[in-house]
Amino acid sequence: MNASTAVTVEGFVAESLVTHGRDPRHLLQHLIRVQQRFSCVPDAAVEALSAALDVTRTQVRAAIAFYAFLHERPRGAFEIRFSDNITDRMLGSRRLIRLLIERLELSGLPAWGRDLIRDDGRVSVGLASCTGMCDQGPALLVNGQAVTNLDAQRVDRIADLVQEGIPLERWPGEFFRVENNIRRHGLLLSNPANDGAALHRLIDEGADDALAEVERSGLRGRGGAGFTTAIKWRFCREAPGIDRYVVCNADEGEPGTFKDRVLLTDYADLVIEGMTVCAGVIGARRGFLYLRGEYRYLLPHLESVLQRRRAEGLLGTMILGRDGFDFDIEIHLGAGAYICGEESALIESLEGKRGVTRKRPPFPVTSGFDDQPTVVNNVETFLAAARVVQWGGYWLRGEGTDQSAGSKILSVSGDCAWPGIYEYPFGTPVHQVLSDCGAENTQAVQISGAAGATLSPADFDRIIAFEDLPTAGSFMIFDDSRDLLDMVRNFAAFFAHESCGFCTPCRVGGALLRNLVEKVAAGQGSEYDLSEMRHIGAVMRQASYCGLGHTAPNHVLNTLDKFPQIYRRRLEREAHTPSFDLDSALSEARALTGRDDIGAHIRAQIPEGSEVSA
Amino acid sequence: MSKSFKLDGRAIPFETGQTIMDAALAAGVYIPHLCHNPEFAPHGSCRVCLVDIGGRQVSACTAAASEGMEVDSSSEAIQATRRAILQMLFVEGNHVCPACEKSGACQLQAVAYYAGMLAPHFTHFFPRRPVDASHSDVIIDFNRCILCELCVRASRDLDGKRVFAISGRGLESHLVIDSPSGLLGDSSFAVGDKAAHVCPTGAILPKGRGYETPIGERLYDREPISIVGDVRAHEEEVV
Repeated sequence: MNASTAVTVEGFVAESLVTHGRDPRHLLQHLIRVQQRFSCVPDAAVEALSAALDVTRTQVRAAIAFYAFLHERPRGAFEIRFSDNITDRMLGSRRLIRLLIERLELSGLPAWGRDLIRDDGRVSVGLASCTGMCDQGPALLVNGQAVTNLDAQRVDRIADLVQEGIPLERWPGEFFRVENNIRRHGLLLSNPANDGAALHRLIDEGADDALAEVERSGLRGRGGAGFTTAIKWRFCREAPGIDRYVVCNADEGEPGTFKDRVLLTDYADLVIEGMTVCAGVIGARRGFLYLRGEYRYLLPHLESVLQRRRAEGLLGTMILGRDGFDFDIEIHLGAGAYICGEESALIESLEGKRGVTRKRPPFPVTSGFDDQPTVVNNVETFLAAARVVQWGGYWLRGEGTDQSAGSKILSVSGDCAWPGIYEYPFGTPVHQVLSDCGAENTQAVQISGAAGATLSPADFDRIIAFEDLPTAGSFMIFDDSRDLLDMVRNFAAFFAHESCGFCTPCRVGGALLRNLVEKVAAGQGSEYDLSEMRHIGAVMRQASYCGLGHTAPNHVLNTLDKFPQIYRRRLEREAHTPSFDLDSALSEARALTGRDDIGAHIRAQIPEGSEVSA
Repeated sequence: MSKSFKLDGRAIPFETGQTIMDAALAAGVYIPHLCHNPEFAPHGSCRVCLVDIGGRQVSACTAAASEGMEVDSSSEAIQATRRAILQMLFVEGNHVCPACEKSGACQLQAVAYYAGMLAPHFTHFFPRRPVDASHSDVIIDFNRCILCELCVRASRDLDGKRVFAISGRGLESHLVIDSPSGLLGDSSFAVGDKAAHVCPTGAILPKGRGYETPIGERLYDREPISIVGDVRAHEEEVV
């Protein structure tokens, strides 16, 4: 790097420090800005941030290495990442990746964590975990901006734009268009209007009343775990602390989920209102909205909503004129780490660190951000909470089941006529969703994402509810033309890539599982490998440190039970099959000795049908 | 009257705030562990101290003890899970016991014997990892690092130096050193640091000593780890 660039980098960091502060907890946010500006985090930025924030150089580098969207060395000036969820693949993304690679005169194929970088530094092509555009995929990110609805023509055009060096601002606007695709409106989606009604009620009737309504509603967290919201708020309110924090988890990383994208697009006011009501109930003065990096295009919109609400007296100091009711929200970006959807990892990330799960207890309600009592709720939960406080707890109870009050917003994708957002009362059976979205000949549904459950037709009468099929909303459909092993391969690679690496079973088990799945897929597996997959899956499930590791083997264990044929038809033989080819392993020796007669080959010596020992 | 819980049927007294591990160690009962060291806050990453409480598996080093709980630490099911976790650690790195100076006084090896692990079982990853011999007094062999973060914690919390950190994620997670070159010799690390004396394996070793105690006469050659405990309690003899 030449001296003039170094000055620019340092100047940029200095400016970022002035604008956004020298709190070490802002490290990640500074890094994201630097990455955005320079297509990498250069050494000069590492040095400058390390010096200014009192973190070691190594801590800065460790953070860069943890987050998939940060790098120390530049990729391409156009950094392209194809969303690599199974739904993207089902829509033909692999073919489009090959097309783009060919057009850009690159060679090979990208893998997770391994990008193809063109020698001239103009462009790089890599993969990203699900970017949340499954209803309008295949999708990609170019310099962090989402491009949807890819087809050969669009990819061809992208190749031209890259070759000609046209800056993103001058790319066709329709490339970046993201549709909401709301197909079914329910309790929450039928009315986006918001005029601060929940906040007015909070101020008129008091925090106890608001909490009582949330309690009455039976609202449970919509992020998947289903913890009762009122209890979480009460625990936090009653926990001893100097400060309290409200955190909105908008790190929607579960493959196949995209509802929060839509909620933050059209219902952002209600989400912010829910956060503000929560702040009023628990006594928080600061809040964070942790937005996944893939949704960075929503940042200007969300900032403008915050700004408008401040101007309207719905956020900031003296909310609605009430003395002492001060609350404001900062938006923090993620940078490509699925684990940060787990609430304690999210808090670590908010504090600028690698997103490694914390030990629990203590739970965030007593010791969260800055070790202070913190409520972390899902986007949809805050939205529902705002309405509950506005319209009362019985309003939510009007729909759903005894244990699951209200509605659930589903992100429907995969093999169906109308992918998109569907809101249903809890208690709706799976077959209803399938029929409404125009799914035919459905072989399987993956519910609640890669970490969720694989459903076979025998499960389609089961209901969406905490007591039967709890879900964060991902609903991926596979018709009978699909090979489900492709799904398993995709998820196994996803979990190996997204494990934070803290605990042994998830870090090592996840990689072992991925390798075994690939071994079986390559036709080199045996019955023994299938039982090994079960064994490793069971160890991960029972011994992992956090939910990621507990749920990571679900898809393998579920499909082994419900769809054993996807594995069995690939087994070359029942007993052991070596994972390498003995004969080809000898090719070098043959070349060296100049022999290629039958005696120099292993295969010739093996009678047909006998076992090979390795 | 003091409170107690049952560990494999044996009553273990405890004080409020103690973990299962704390109470067991205080009572002289061994629960295998690698990332735990009572001088540091519980970490919970290696998962070797997994125990079963009424069908739920928790790490003994992080789970609070509570009155009347029945903890299983020795059933075949728990030992089998521990073996699998240990085997994962063995195949993740490059642990060549016969060629390791720490053999016989290595906690990873000793815990593996304790858990009845006879072979690594899983397919080896055989990662390419360097050896850092740049420091005058200490050598780091990354092949043997099990990511317990004891050196990270010791350097940060006791030495006040922050020499080590974990970088990357997933199977790419690795120990890194805070120095301009990334080498230990360029860091502020010193042989007298606490961080030089907490490694449960042979990843961090003093230079200039080799086989002072013959193989066969070392700490865990004489008695199992369940009797003699962690290496740290015997530093004088084994280093």
